[in-house]
Amino acid sequence: MVKVFQAADATDLVTELRRSFDDGVTRGYEWRVTQLKKLLLICDNHEPEIVSALHDDLGKPELESSVYEVALLRNSINLAVKQLKDWMAPDKAKTSLTTFPASAEIVYEPLGVVLVISAWNYPFLLSIDPVIGAISAGNAVVLKPSELAPASSSLLAKLLEQYLDSSAVRVVEGAVIETTLLLEQKWDKIFYTGSSRIGRIIMMAAAKHLTPVVLELGGKSPVVIDSDTNLKITAKRIIAGKWGCNNGQACISPDYILTTKEFSPKVIDALKQELEAFYGKNPMESKDMSRIVNSNHFDRLSKMLEEKEVSDKIVYGGQKNRDKLKIAPTILVDVPLDSQIMSEEIFGPLLPIITLNNLEECFDVIRSRPKPLAAYLFTQNQKLKERFALTVSAGGIVVNDIAVHLAVPTLPFGGVGESGMGSYHGKFSFDAFSHKKAVLYKSFIGDAAIRYPPYSTGKLRLLKALVNSNILEIFRVILGLS
Amino acid sequence: MERERSMEAVKETVDQSLREMRETFASGRTRSVKWRKAQLGAIIEMVKDNEEKMSDVLFQDLGKHSTEAFRDELGFVMRSATTALISLDKWVVPRKSNLPLLFYPATGKVISEPYGTVLVLSSWNFPISLSLDPMIGAIAAGNTVLLKASELSPNASALLAKLIPSYLDTKAIKVIEGGPDVATILLQHQWDKIFFTGSPKIGKIIMAAAAEHLTPVTLELGGKCPTIIDHHSVSKDMKAFGCEENLWRKVGILQWTSLYLCRLRSCRTEFCFYSGTYIDMFKPVIRSFFGENPKESGCLAKIVTKKHFQRLSRLLNDPRVKASIVYGGSMDEEKLYVEPTILLDPPLDSEIMNEEIFGPILPIITLRDIQESIGFIKSKPKPLAIYAFTKDENLKTRILSETSSGSVTFNDLMIQYMCDALPFGGVGQSGMGRYHGKYSFECFSHEKAIMEGSLAMDLEARYPPWNNFKLNFIRLAFREAYFKLVLLMLGLTKGV
Repeated sequence: MVKVFQAADATDLVTELRRSFDDGVTRGYEWRVTQLKKLLLICDNHEPEIVSALHDDLGKPELESSVYEVALLRNSINLAVKQLKDWMAPDKAKTSLTTFPASAEIVYEPLGVVLVISAWNYPFLLSIDPVIGAISAGNAVVLKPSELAPASSSLLAKLLEQYLDSSAVRVVEGAVIETTLLLEQKWDKIFYTGSSRIGRIIMMAAAKHLTPVVLELGGKSPVVIDSDTNLKITAKRIIAGKWGCNNGQACISPDYILTTKEFSPKVIDALKQELEAFYGKNPMESKDMSRIVNSNHFDRLSKMLEEKEVSDKIVYGGQKNRDKLKIAPTILVDVPLDSQIMSEEIFGPLLPIITLNNLEECFDVIRSRPKPLAAYLFTQNQKLKERFALTVSAGGIVVNDIAVHLAVPTLPFGGVGESGMGSYHGKFSFDAFSHKKAVLYKSFIGDAAIRYPPYSTGKLRLLKALVNSNILEIFRVILGLS
Repeated sequence: MERERSMEAVKETVDQSLREMRETFASGRTRSVKWRKAQLGAIIEMVKDNEEKMSDVLFQDLGKHSTEAFRDELGFVMRSATTALISLDKWVVPRKSNLPLLFYPATGKVISEPYGTVLVLSSWNFPISLSLDPMIGAIAAGNTVLLKASELSPNASALLAKLIPSYLDTKAIKVIEGGPDVATILLQHQWDKIFFTGSPKIGKIIMAAAAEHLTPVTLELGGKCPTIIDHHSVSKDMKAFGCEENLWRKVGILQWTSLYLCRLRSCRTEFCFYSGTYIDMFKPVIRSFFGENPKESGCLAKIVTKKHFQRLSRLLNDPRVKASIVYGGSMDEEKLYVEPTILLDPPLDSEIMNEEIFGPILPIITLRDIQESIGFIKSKPKPLAIYAFTKDENLKTRILSETSSGSVTFNDLMIQYMCDALPFGGVGQSGMGRYHGKYSFECFSHEKAIMEGSLAMDLEARYPPWNNFKLNFIRLAFREAYFKLVLLMLGLTKGV
């Protein structure tokens, strides 16, 4: 019989982890590295089970599971293990004349007991990657995987309990009730990956305890295609980035295309050609794409396609099979800008193309919408690249490729505005779960009487000179010449 | 009726201001480094030209002496703006990121992008610097900004509302005056960032309001900041330098002025842990600072409002607390004056030991072993700052690794505020986010990652249909096992 998770359980859980944290269990370098290496063992010993769970939950092809979940995690763990000593070392900071004689540094300190809530589309990657950050920074952590990927959730619970130190790392499975109970507790940080709607609820719950948050949300990531691009490569990359990444169900999935009326037919042809090369003439039978996660999402996407003035804009695909939870790669052209498919994040295998008279107009279209997690541009035009990078506000910008920035540990990965706040990956994960404590060491020599009352004009003048770091003036005042 | 009408007017003003600021931001004007530098220069000019007026309002609102006003507000702001002005060219340069070989020839960098239209809410204790310093960060980062100063320092707020429009770009930088009802109206709107200085209680309200719009926040809050005095380890030093008195000057007194100052600032020291028996050192030092009659010295700030005075008086009136007064304790409700007061070992469960004091009252807790102070500090919410006077390396290490606070300063008080290479901000109940120096610039910027790939080179293994070769290829590539990768391509190995 499965024990029901109740309020008392949530409180007990946090109390226990806090005790472990206060006892110093998670602070030492040895503990952190050991836990990270155990995560590595999970990846090494259980890849087939992980692939199988992902196939159960999402119909995810083996390559995607192996590469985009397990291999990325392995890299992330290895990087953390290699760099941890460096990351944990304090940073020296400069001091100035006004605080002389002193030395200063920034010490990285764990926040305490943190909560990671992950999403269903990349259940292993989005659960363990933040946990890597939490552990390397020396925190105790509770992970709540998504209930919409149940096989993955239970595998995660089983493996983490088996391999990691359960006095400091725990998994709580469940849905809305369990999440709500967890959110009532006081955490030292909450890391959430998911939708903007739930992101608001998380932040509001966090506000009650002044808990800082990282919210990795979504948005409609636009792809702007310039006519001077290499169309074949562009099409391949878009397809691999959209349908090749969980069938469009990814936060940085190319959501819609912006290109000129003139160039659009060529874009459509290139996409059709490469789609056939990748998935064959009968894409519904292809094993190389994930299915739609569940019937709720299937119905949501169906509704988008069936909307009046949208259904007649389909130029490729459109086939659906509710039993198999499959929708064929579908391309649409010039759907109304206020249709549902152009107002909500699609998160599925539908790709609308919006044509413009002039590529310049893309800036206004993008700017009129909430800020996305990613924005893409395919072009050879240097000026356009610079303008795009500077003026399009998004979590991250990729030129001439799709989604790859996710795999680069030296780039911060996170959103802005509706697409989220905070970032992670590489050292940014370590930073996300650390408090950077400022430490100033002052010496007893050289105490300035000017700091103390009674205040006089002389003292004021000297202070002014000090503040302005005006050496000449300082001497003048001291010598009584000013 | 009157109030409703005026609130309607405020709503109109806020709508209009937001609209104008958003248009200005969209026009790109605030992105130009030249514009930002001009505004920063104008802030310096504004403070320089109006030093006397600013000192006056600080005296009117808080009874602050002009030297303190300069040290902690005016001089501080000018220095902050100057730093930003000098460093801006460096700060705006994109930072190159090294990409793993796997991604060659792609390049990566991070650009600091302004959030857009930001809201700064400042508090009454340092009304000038807590308003202008965050604004300097917001402007340096290229944002448009609206400031609401605290109504509890009405003269300072009014002066800022008058001066800012005449020195700065009014289409981008605006000021609104008012209290909680104006703040409520402001918080109903969507901002791209909110910067708040004040109490934890209000901080929670701000964050909850920001959550509605997924607005990132920086909260600079308060907390009981403890000072640990390890007398044994420092007294030798003090004697050696013949300045034992200086220790008390630092602690007690810096304490008082900073207490006053700080009473205003929340990182002032709330209580001292101390092993030693030199409390009597405090008395002559207080006398040397403020004379026999501190009330008349002109160097002590007054309590800001009657409500705050009554709160302090309530804290002191607890009979057990009253019994622990060893110095001072007199109060004058009419003049809003509370004498510098020292308490020796007040009960740890009294209100004064559990609430933020924010007044010129210094509780001293004596311990036989200074190490006990660490346990005490850990049992309380994380403060904005911990101060420790000690030369004991072991104690220093313990303090650093076992306690958590926004910052730690050894052998001084409050000075970390002036060191602009150090981030200034809290953790836990004392806040989130940080600023000062370059951190102010970062506080108001979105760090945007830019990656550029090449259309020239392409790897077939990236694309479906999938097969074992491609799977092995990508696995090896990810592991950066390039040699094995070459073998795979030459057909000399099956792969992983």
